[in-house]
Amino acid sequence: MAYDKFSTLISTAIPLPVENVDTDQIIPARFLKAVERKGFGDNLFRDWRYDRQNQPKPDFVLNDPTYTGKMLIAGKNFGSGSSREHAAWALYDFGFRVVVSSFFADIFKNNALNNGLLPVVVTPGFLQKLLDTVEQNPKAEFKVDLESQSIVNLTTGESENFEINPYKKHCLINGLDDIDYLVSLKDDITEFEKSRL
Amino acid sequence: MAAKTLFDKIWDSHVVRQVEGGPDVLYIDRHLVHEVTSPVAFLGLENRGLKVFRPQNTIATPDHNVPTIDQHLAIQEDLSRHQVDMLTKNCGKHGIQLCGLNHPWHGIVHVIGPELGITQPGRTIVCGDSHTSTHGAFGAVAFGIGTSEVEMVLASQCILQPKPKRMRITVDGQLKKGVTAKDIALYIISQITTSGGTGHFIEYAGEAIRSLTMEGRMTLCNMSIESGARGGLIAPDETTFEYIKGREFAPKGVEWDKALAYWKSLPTDENAVFDTEFRFDAADIEPMITYGTNPGMGTGVTQAIPTGEELSGSDLLTFQKSLDYMGYKPGEKMLGKPIDFVFVGSCTNGRIEDLRAFAAFVKGKKKADNVTAWIVPGSKQVERAAQEEGLVDILTEAGFKFRQPGCSACLAMNDDKIPEGKYAVSTSNRNFEGRQGPGARTLLASPLTAAAAAITGVVTDPRELLDA
Ligand code: SF4
Repeated sequence: MAYDKFSTLISTAIPLPVENVDTDQIIPARFLKAVERKGFGDNLFRDWRYDRQNQPKPDFVLNDPTYTGKMLIAGKNFGSGSSREHAAWALYDFGFRVVVSSFFADIFKNNALNNGLLPVVVTPGFLQKLLDTVEQNPKAEFKVDLESQSIVNLTTGESENFEINPYKKHCLINGLDDIDYLVSLKDDITEFEKSRL
Repeated sequence: MAAKTLFDKIWDSHVVRQVEGGPDVLYIDRHLVHEVTSPVAFLGLENRGLKVFRPQNTIATPDHNVPTIDQHLAIQEDLSRHQVDMLTKNCGKHGIQLCGLNHPWHGIVHVIGPELGITQPGRTIVCGDSHTSTHGAFGAVAFGIGTSEVEMVLASQCILQPKPKRMRITVDGQLKKGVTAKDIALYIISQITTSGGTGHFIEYAGEAIRSLTMEGRMTLCNMSIESGARGGLIAPDETTFEYIKGREFAPKGVEWDKALAYWKSLPTDENAVFDTEFRFDAADIEPMITYGTNPGMGTGVTQAIPTGEELSGSDLLTFQKSLDYMGYKPGEKMLGKPIDFVFVGSCTNGRIEDLRAFAAFVKGKKKADNVTAWIVPGSKQVERAAQEEGLVDILTEAGFKFRQPGCSACLAMNDDKIPEGKYAVSTSNRNFEGRQGPGARTLLASPLTAAAAAITGVVTDPRELLDA
């Protein structure tokens, strides 16, 4: 998938301090009927964002103009459940480039990384401080630097380092995807198949 | 040679190469495809001018988005029909075996793989669907993937994947009467939480697991993903071999003997080490039911909803949000709670054994008037067996509707939606908000517990009616 390269992001953030946000919430199944990868952002968090009459729910954070930004700060175990990559597409399409949480579900993490959406894992304590900062000042900015693998709370100056697979980091920084690489291995793969007969 | 786990033996023998500082290039033996997570992958392939690398190792079926009545007619809804048509077109173009609607092999992707003998010990199997973990029941490394990864496998029959850690969950002793594989699964998740398995592949072991049928093992492995694990697997044994033998794609003749010898070499070596271990006692497990909005929020059916007293901060908020959605209060008993719907089906409990258990339970009884029940077979083969064995007659007699195969109300992508605010006892795998339809409230349970609720119209301990 083609996505924008990622190096550094300085942005305000949108807080979502709910735990176990599953991919059925991120994008409900009834919006998975498309056969192209377009327009999923409109249905991001559909049932939390809109009521049954399709009116925006004023108490949901994405409908609150106070909060803006390309960074989502979410409670632990974000992205559990269904493997639907549409969840990552919807977040990206809506405009997010980073999701911060203390814990991500495995498949979601892979899907995000494959689509230029950076999952940043921080400690529970640091996560709470990020949320506190946004709550006190919705215009507070945060900096995520992929090269140095750090996230900085620009209000307090506090920072933390995060883990990322070096290969995936390389892909994100250069906007590469895995398929070209795998296709380049075709001879090796064919050899491997023969060796297993 | 160092002692190895079942998981390591399979994984390591499929690594084509290790990317420096990165994931493994893992060879995939079988790739299962369905209509929802594949169209964008096929499109991607097209845009790169690539063909499917090993179409013969790929099999496809439309299951998520198909109606479960009148399957002989064209699909009514435009978007769903288009998605199913795209799958047909893509399979035709790339030479992929398609088990389309009305094909004798049609069904939910995780039901037909095992049923056709495609799922075999020692294989690596992927599908753009998280419940691919089901196939681990045969001692295979099977896991769900995203659409970009579907494209990788279509393009190269390989996937880039970091190797997960190993976990073993041992369940000692024998299950009590009325307790099923589904209850083991819900019990384990209630103990280790929905993130307890994250980063791991789980091997299930112990006497209680060994004594499960293949159907039961599939139910258990199916739910591995609900604990956050990448997958779950069980060492192959005589039960496994017996199940596979003679199936459509099972090895035959000398090939069978060769395969059998390999399969027997797979179980975990005695001194192999796991990164994480859990041990449970089968005697502690009773029929389970969920009360909240994730599969970890489950309890024994005779127990009460937790009070939440020990929770604070966002844990407490999340707990309250969940109970609010369900319309329940902390500390309430689950027994006797009214229900409106019963759904029996899905890749968790839509196999023939599940229907047998359900039918045996409701035989000679009558469905409660306040309950709408959908019984949805996991595949055409299950549907046929249920008809031939007389299960459909028993169900009809007791007031139940038997539908046609598909995912149905498990994810409510088709018309099978539980209405807003209604309670459904469901044999599927997820009780997330809105999973079974916007505003629907799901109580996950075994086919037996679902049957008991269908008869009484309220949450009921199935053991009471089993004894009657
Ligand atoms: S039955 Fe449910 S869980 Fe299984 S593949 Fe279908 S939608 Fe997924």
